[in-house]
Amino acid sequence: MRRPVSLYGLTFSLPLLIWQLLFFVFPLVFLVALSFWTVRNFRLEAGFDTVNWVTMFGRPVFWQAYATTLAMAAGAAALTSALAFPCAYAIAFKLSPAARRWAVFLMVIPFFTSYLVRVYSWQVFLSDVGIINVMLGWIGLGPFRLLNTIGATMLGYMTLGFPLVVLLQLFSLVFVDRTLIEAAHNMRCGRLRTVFAVVIPSARVGLVIAALFSFILCFGDFVSPIYLGGGDPTTLSILITDTTKSGQQWPRAAVIALTMIATLMVVAFLAVRFAYKGRTK
Amino acid sequence: MNEQNELNRNPLIDAALKLYVILAYLFVFAPILASFVFSFNSDRFPSIPLGHFSTEWYRAVAADPLVWEGLRNTLGVGAAVGMISTALGFGAAYTDYRYRFFGKQVYLALALLPPTIPVVIMGLAMLAYLSRIDLSGNALSVIIAHVVICAPFAMAVIRLRLSQMDPSLEPAAWNLGASEWATMRHVIIPFTRPAILGALFITMAVSFDEFAIAWFVSGLNETLPVKVLGFLQGQVSPRINAIGTFVFVTSMTLVILAQLLLSGRGPATDKE
Repeated sequence: MRRPVSLYGLTFSLPLLIWQLLFFVFPLVFLVALSFWTVRNFRLEAGFDTVNWVTMFGRPVFWQAYATTLAMAAGAAALTSALAFPCAYAIAFKLSPAARRWAVFLMVIPFFTSYLVRVYSWQVFLSDVGIINVMLGWIGLGPFRLLNTIGATMLGYMTLGFPLVVLLQLFSLVFVDRTLIEAAHNMRCGRLRTVFAVVIPSARVGLVIAALFSFILCFGDFVSPIYLGGGDPTTLSILITDTTKSGQQWPRAAVIALTMIATLMVVAFLAVRFAYKGRTK
Repeated sequence: MNEQNELNRNPLIDAALKLYVILAYLFVFAPILASFVFSFNSDRFPSIPLGHFSTEWYRAVAADPLVWEGLRNTLGVGAAVGMISTALGFGAAYTDYRYRFFGKQVYLALALLPPTIPVVIMGLAMLAYLSRIDLSGNALSVIIAHVVICAPFAMAVIRLRLSQMDPSLEPAAWNLGASEWATMRHVIIPFTRPAILGALFITMAVSFDEFAIAWFVSGLNETLPVKVLGFLQGQVSPRINAIGTFVFVTSMTLVILAQLLLSGRGPATDKE
């Protein structure tokens, strides 16, 4: 249906385009300009000065936070994917269609509950006099320091990513050709081997995309590292909020944000390439 | 499913997998349920054993004028965000459904990418940009920022509905002499109405729970989730649970309404 540009067509297509250009593209582009501006006497001054880049990249703290964030987000993506897979697998292959619909519905609910409230709830579980330590006390163990640890941050990351990863894995698993699995079984391929040699390769795109989303979510999250991890070790997201909120150093925060975007783009590119590797043959 | 017998060979492994699924859902719902339970618990520092049943946190929340102000902001922002993002999302979905044009990939990327950008980065970019054009620090800035991330959801929901429409319906109306505008009004909008309402509720629910971007740009006009973030930073108190339970019930009501509309007897109710 190729038609000349009409007022009618533009009425529907232009509003979103204009809105996203004005309030999505421009802010991100402005971030680039901002990273070259300077702050003097608590006031932003436009200009072109690489001082923010030099300052931030010259700080060991920044690179430490960078390495920490990258490692923790990657760890969380791997852990979440590994723990979500048996769940998604069982929902896809072991449940009746009705039960599967319920499982999907229940997994959607967390998206509409406040992440903050869930994180606060984990504090109640993990604190020194919290639910888990009280229960451990009943069998004569503990109390252990559970809150303000990397483990607690990981738990928060899982809270954030687990439902989405299960759903994305599930949607790729239900499309796995079941005759392939039957064929593997008929040829006396073992259970685990079928999973690793048939199911996972067939569902690779979905599994990789799921892990990628988990990575993106955790990479930018500042709530779990602060309120469950205790702010130590510092992540890039904590660095951004601190630099913006207390330091008023927006140009430096922009440097961190742009570094994060660049990293995410590289990771996303690599992940997508890996996901579709050999697909076009 | 007929192949299930073939696939389900070892009942022990099946049982273990099903147990694992139950454990996974327990993990997902433990914090949600705990928040609900402790919102009715009397203890200042929630833990087990439970104290006695109490509604004092709800009363404390209800007596806090700042919470009411936050709620007003949240509802106002949510309503505006819902309507604007649904309108923009509808336009984009219809564009994608009907037109093919040069640069459509870019258009669709712009329409769908925003939710994948980490919220801290969006928050910072929005704060810096909106304060530059004197739009930051008020409810309007939260609306602007939320529409950016909500419109893609509206578009996805409405696009899905449009793909269920018979593609010859629109040309048929034209052949019968209806103008494009009349066809839009009498054919397309009635057909997509459930999705439009569904998108409205879903985008409102997304806006209700969004706290990070709102925290960056809202200034003094904090929404309720930003208030919760404040509680979390300051005196941690079970009030969070009371607010959380309230917001949960509100969001779930919206989502279930959307679900009923979307799955519901769509075409049947659309007959004029």
